[in-house]
Amino acid sequence: MELIQLAVPVLLKGLWMTLSLTAISVTIGFNLGLGLAIMRGSDKAWVSGFARYYSIAFRGTPLLVQIFLIYYGLGQIRFVHDVPALWWVVSEGSRCAVLALALNTAAYTSEILRGGLVAVPAGLTEAAKACGMSRAMRFRRIEFPLAIRQALPAYGNELVLMVKGTSLASTITVLEITGYAKRLMSQTFAIFEVFAIAGVLYLALNLVLIGVIRLVERRLMRHTGPAPQTRPVAIPQAS
Amino acid sequence: MEFGLLQVWEGGWIGAILRGAAVTIGVGVASMIFGLIIGTICGLIKWRAVFGLSHLVDLYTSVIRGVPELLIIYLLFFGSVEFVTKIATVFGFAELANAGYAFFITVAAISAISGAYSTEVIRGALAAIPKGHIEAAVALGLPSRRIFARIIAPQMLRIAFPGINNVWQTTIKDTALVSVVGLQELMRTAFIGAGSTHNPLIFYTIAALVYLMITLISQVGFNKVEAVLSPRKGA
Repeated sequence: MELIQLAVPVLLKGLWMTLSLTAISVTIGFNLGLGLAIMRGSDKAWVSGFARYYSIAFRGTPLLVQIFLIYYGLGQIRFVHDVPALWWVVSEGSRCAVLALALNTAAYTSEILRGGLVAVPAGLTEAAKACGMSRAMRFRRIEFPLAIRQALPAYGNELVLMVKGTSLASTITVLEITGYAKRLMSQTFAIFEVFAIAGVLYLALNLVLIGVIRLVERRLMRHTGPAPQTRPVAIPQAS
Repeated sequence: MEFGLLQVWEGGWIGAILRGAAVTIGVGVASMIFGLIIGTICGLIKWRAVFGLSHLVDLYTSVIRGVPELLIIYLLFFGSVEFVTKIATVFGFAELANAGYAFFITVAAISAISGAYSTEVIRGALAAIPKGHIEAAVALGLPSRRIFARIIAPQMLRIAFPGINNVWQTTIKDTALVSVVGLQELMRTAFIGAGSTHNPLIFYTIAALVYLMITLISQVGFNKVEAVLSPRKGA
């Protein structure tokens, strides 16, 4: 009981950090990922090539390596020292973590969105073209809304992976749930109890996220009628 | 600082990194094998909806997939460290315990994680096997062991393969996390190298490239096997 009184407020403080890390990096990462997904469809070889190699590099290396490379490695480059904006990002753990997480999720998001964009029937785009819609309007009104519907279940999995990914920020001195949990474990030696409380926080966070995604999905799919959809079993993609 | 690469070469770090990479691959392969064994057993339990056990499996997979890997590693590592050292000291091989211990607990942690993901993959594959095939086998009077070996297992393997590929990619990247508890694998070697030469940029870049090579080469291998397993057109 005493332990719960000690651990819960501390871990709740960490929950706030976990939430902000997730929210900021997902916001940046989604927009980057959308840009990369559009670049993948470009006719210019170097544009689509850049997006492809970016995605291979970030999906083929562990997130921990990316975080360490940014936190410990980038500070070595003179140029980063000299530009104040870059130094502001690199000089502090939580900002490094946000940068690494955003760049990482951008790679996965671009793959997910590209899958959605490829699945948009060509006839619909052609019809929009025939109606005289500009490229930007076509994307905004036809392609993106259809692609996001297709991509939403997979994107939900990616969000869960991002929440879990924020735990790595604890390795570069950021105190979020896992960081506080590790500290509590070594202070109290109540390893399983601390794990259980921290685990419940993460599980609750992920359940809420999945619930929100389900709601958005239902809202986007409301034209298909009230009958429950048979959806493919959601298997989280590899991170 | 500009001559980072020379430093890496002269300090004998290349050999250390290669040794670290070997440990990473060893941990990855061992955990993947144990993970697949866990996954097959738990997947079958979930598919058959074995009373009681399937709820336990549900709990296992949702906890592992919902909680960060790092937290699970901390639990297993800190949770067992005291216990194991006590037993090892009582029996008088504390030295031995220290050497093999990190590897053992690492494989246990990563297997538990990859097992949870494999369970979902294998359950999905089992659910995708047409019911008629199994019913036909039952109607022919085949014993259940042969139904599994001849009908269920081959189809399960083929359908699950792309998913298993995904799990492998995750597993090899998850092994980087155990560097925080001190196993001398690739990431840990890079960490030590970065600390002792004050040149983190070059060491983490090398580590990233080695991981990239491991994932890309294994990807090629998986694609080849997948091509063999996929049903031939027009056969």
